[in-house]
Amino acid sequence: MNMAETGGTIRSSGTLDEKCRKLRRMILLMIHEARSGHPGGSLSCVEILVLLYHGLMRHDPQNPGWADRDRFVLSKGHAAPALYAVLADCGYFPVEELSTLRQFGSRLQGHPHMQSLPGLDCSTGSLGHGLSIASGMALGLKLRGSSSRVYCLLGDGELQEGSVWEAIMSGPALALSNLTAVVDNNGVQLDGRTCDIIPVEPLVEKWKAFGWNVRRCPGHDVDAMGEALSGIKAGPSVLIADTVKGRGVSFMEGDCSWHGRAPDDGELADALAELGSW
Amino acid sequence: MVSGDLRPSREGYIEGLLEAARIDSRVVVIDGDVGRSLGTQAFHERFPGRYFNLGIAEQNMACHAAGLSLEGFMPFYATYAVFAVGRALDQIRTSICNMGLAVRIGGAHGGSSVGPDGGTHQALEDIAQTRTLPGMTILVPADAAQTRQAVLASLSIPGPVYIRFGRNPVPQVYSLEQPVMSGMGNLLREGSDIVIVACGAMVAPALEAREVLSGKGVDAAVIDMVSVKPLDEKLLLETTGSVAGVVTVEDHQVAGGLGGAVAEFLAVNRPLPMRILGVPNRFGESGTPGELMGLHGLSTGGIVSAGIDLARSLG
Repeated sequence: MNMAETGGTIRSSGTLDEKCRKLRRMILLMIHEARSGHPGGSLSCVEILVLLYHGLMRHDPQNPGWADRDRFVLSKGHAAPALYAVLADCGYFPVEELSTLRQFGSRLQGHPHMQSLPGLDCSTGSLGHGLSIASGMALGLKLRGSSSRVYCLLGDGELQEGSVWEAIMSGPALALSNLTAVVDNNGVQLDGRTCDIIPVEPLVEKWKAFGWNVRRCPGHDVDAMGEALSGIKAGPSVLIADTVKGRGVSFMEGDCSWHGRAPDDGELADALAELGSW
Repeated sequence: MVSGDLRPSREGYIEGLLEAARIDSRVVVIDGDVGRSLGTQAFHERFPGRYFNLGIAEQNMACHAAGLSLEGFMPFYATYAVFAVGRALDQIRTSICNMGLAVRIGGAHGGSSVGPDGGTHQALEDIAQTRTLPGMTILVPADAAQTRQAVLASLSIPGPVYIRFGRNPVPQVYSLEQPVMSGMGNLLREGSDIVIVACGAMVAPALEAREVLSGKGVDAAVIDMVSVKPLDEKLLLETTGSVAGVVTVEDHQVAGGLGGAVAEFLAVNRPLPMRILGVPNRFGESGTPGELMGLHGLSTGGIVSAGIDLARSLG
């Protein structure tokens, strides 16, 4: 199965909902097994990653180094469990390996380490780097005359890092029409609500003022996000995807205490019960 | 060997870039609004499609270089060393070194060479900052010719490379043709009593000091350790077999620089008395490079004093 290779659009269906539920279960299981990790920001970006890996991106799990693939940079590297789940589900590596997350000797470090794991286009973990790296990749692809695109996923809290705005400023100057940023705008960071700490809104106006094509839509609606990003050609683009931190597990949703802690046995059972079977 | 003609090492950096771009299509240049200052505008004129001025944004420069490297290019980004390294240290660590990317960082106006600009602009910590990073190669050339060769040498070095060079004109130590290699120092003078290990702008004063010491009965070898990381350990072992001690000298903080690197190696492999000459745990101030180096004891006289002190203390 190589459903994403053509970069075609996808339509929501029961199958897609099931896939997202399954990925959420995988995320919770691996973080529980690891006894540490970041469930909140992993659960909030599941639909975004499904849109990218099963809708927008041209890629081939059988050929991770394919020169003409589209690239993905997980700038919010702490959402690694979500990316690992999607990559394993696509077939980049065995699903069974997800249970080694964060363990000594594992290819699945706490934050993505590209040298050890097929399917990763970049190592990330220090917030504020990813968009600049993605921009450099997009520039390189443009220089080579490649038609590949670069996608970069950022967190809303991450936008507090000043270096992100350096890249937001330079992207239009470099005319990077092959660069797409997505902001997983879940509104919650480690210490609390982003709006209560250092607000990052108004995001649409800010990115527009810096010269980007901006779209905004609900971030758990794969169809809506696909529609929003379709047809944008000139200049770099950004999708502000409004999401819910901890999405899918009611007792985690919107609660900053789930930014970076693993569920215990009982919490895992409750969460899995809520997410249903697959 | 040392020529009376003075040239800024940055001129060698630009010459190296132009030649590197001519022979290697992977080479691209990222500038940080210092094209007029460094002379990288010449590269822009010659290779307009391979030059990108990202403005005053060192963190963005470093990560753009990482992205270009991931796509198979060999980016050189340069600005004043104090910002090229210090401002972007997290990016260099996590997004360049952690991925082992072949990014080349040009640290211009290194050390006291930017004198009148004052303490804020004098990069005296950059070698220490880069030396701790796994996989980083550090080249600190002594003159324009060696800086050009360092740029060319970097084309075949795997992983990240930091090239640190100065602003002010310095004496010419090398011929144009003498190559630079990672892990290779140059034994410029042999000597049986002590060994002086220098890098960058301190190589020429070290050679002068050697002549003065000779007149005072101290026979000093002089090593130019242009490759601060990896060190030329073989050369250190070969030259220190029967000497009384080692003097290191650099235009950089004592902590964590060339002296520290040599001391770390010798302490384990051949413990010897040492004198480590560098900036003694303080910031610079405005002044000419010569005045500042004098303040820090980084002069021919300072090296001579340390050499005599070392030789005498050992009888």
